[in-house]
Amino acid sequence: MRTSLRIFFIGGMTSYRALFHWLTPWILIPTFVLSPLFQLVFFVFVGRDAGYADDTFYLIGNAVQLASIPCLFAMGNTIGNERYFQTLGLLLASPARRLPLFLGRSLPVIVNGFLVSLVVLVTGALLLRVSMAAAAWPEIVGVLVVTSFSCTGLGLAAAALALRVRETAVLSNIIAGLLIVFCGVNVAVSALPAWMQPISNALPLTHGIEAARDLAAGSSWGQVSGLVVAEAAIGLAWAALGIGLLFYFEVESRRQATLELA
Amino acid sequence: MRTLRLVGVGWWMQLKNRSRSAFDGLLSILYPLFFAATIFLVYQQNGDPSVLVSAAVGASLMGIWSAVSTTASTTLQGERRQGTLELLVAAPTPFSLVILPATVSMATIGLWSFVVTLLFGRFAFGIPISFDQPVVFVIAALVLAFSLGLVGFLQAVTSVRYRAAWALGSLFEFPVWLVCGFLVPLSSLPSWVAPIAYALPPTWGVSAVRAAAFGGSPWRDIALCLLTGAVYALVGVLIARRLVDSARGNATLALT
Repeated sequence: MRTSLRIFFIGGMTSYRALFHWLTPWILIPTFVLSPLFQLVFFVFVGRDAGYADDTFYLIGNAVQLASIPCLFAMGNTIGNERYFQTLGLLLASPARRLPLFLGRSLPVIVNGFLVSLVVLVTGALLLRVSMAAAAWPEIVGVLVVTSFSCTGLGLAAAALALRVRETAVLSNIIAGLLIVFCGVNVAVSALPAWMQPISNALPLTHGIEAARDLAAGSSWGQVSGLVVAEAAIGLAWAALGIGLLFYFEVESRRQATLELA
Repeated sequence: MRTLRLVGVGWWMQLKNRSRSAFDGLLSILYPLFFAATIFLVYQQNGDPSVLVSAAVGASLMGIWSAVSTTASTTLQGERRQGTLELLVAAPTPFSLVILPATVSMATIGLWSFVVTLLFGRFAFGIPISFDQPVVFVIAALVLAFSLGLVGFLQAVTSVRYRAAWALGSLFEFPVWLVCGFLVPLSSLPSWVAPIAYALPPTWGVSAVRAAAFGGSPWRDIALCLLTGAVYALVGVLIARRLVDSARGNATLALT
């Protein structure tokens, strides 16, 4: 038990620091602060030009969505960079239990995703002079935590695919792109074509964004709790799928000796 | 003549090389489609078909910059990682003439994205593709792509000493889309943005493409796009020369 906890906490943190290697401010600030803010401002101006929705709509949509960037890329890197540094074989040959090994790697990522979302939300609100009721802020922050968790669940599934796909950056970019289109980030899910909506509802972010928008519009926590629970459940389902796929692909990689060939 | 051959062969080789890369090739075409789809969905809510056509042109052009912005920044890092940077610097050919074809090849891949996004708008969203001056439209798009290749060249040589250059490249993607009027007219942005926009070649290129597509004379904008692009290239050549001399003098080429 103690070993598992060590692998979960210390192993997860070490992996995050080593593989994500984003400790320098030269990467961290452009990627996690400036670039997300530029995305927000871009879509705010696009939205104003199209005359579709107000700034609050884009602020919340993009701030919540931006949690997915570290969640997807960091989780993908936990496998992709192990292969790049030629340590994937050593990792999977180790006797460490897989559940704490991979779940431990997701914990710092959830915190990272949450912080990116929070920074964009607060800075964006100040920049755009968007005002929301003070009472709504803690509840929206709670939604950000849940959404970061659910995105990391999807990231875990993407990380599992990285055992089969060599280009993890391409994979993460494609998934991030799909989330922007399908999850109601810049267009409400109800305004999307009918065939897209069931897909939207199965993805992380969708319910979280809707809950955060409802809270900003004055809904109470009780009114959005169903959405928050749905968001958490979707995250759990993706995480379970990710863990299952990791086990399956690891066994297959051993059986077919394809670990370094993907 | 030898210089032209060098640039031509370099461009073709880089184009073939990058077309086989999932990141530089496939993703450069796929990734802008996600933004285009979002933009089409946003402007579709407006209900005005002419607004959607205008957005389709802008969204299609965005992909050209996407293909350049991140990859251009990492050009020299890639050469360094492969161990070929020293060979390129040691070659008797001017260093700039080796890097320039690489960034222009990125913009060429961006042209694929441009065409695919236009077709995506046509067939997935029913946006009509009908332009006022089709031939001039193509010329303006080619000039815009070339000028973005020149901007990418400057970006590539200035990021040679920045290990995390890709982060810098990604950073510029949204600002250039916004400031250069790919979708949102300059008049809708704060007035302090205008001088920055006028100093960027894509502003003139996008304006030329729009003029060719929707009526107006694009030739002045095409000329300004080429002129500002040439200034970027010239600055890039000077910086590249300075950086290579410095790296040789201090023996730091492989270290940054």
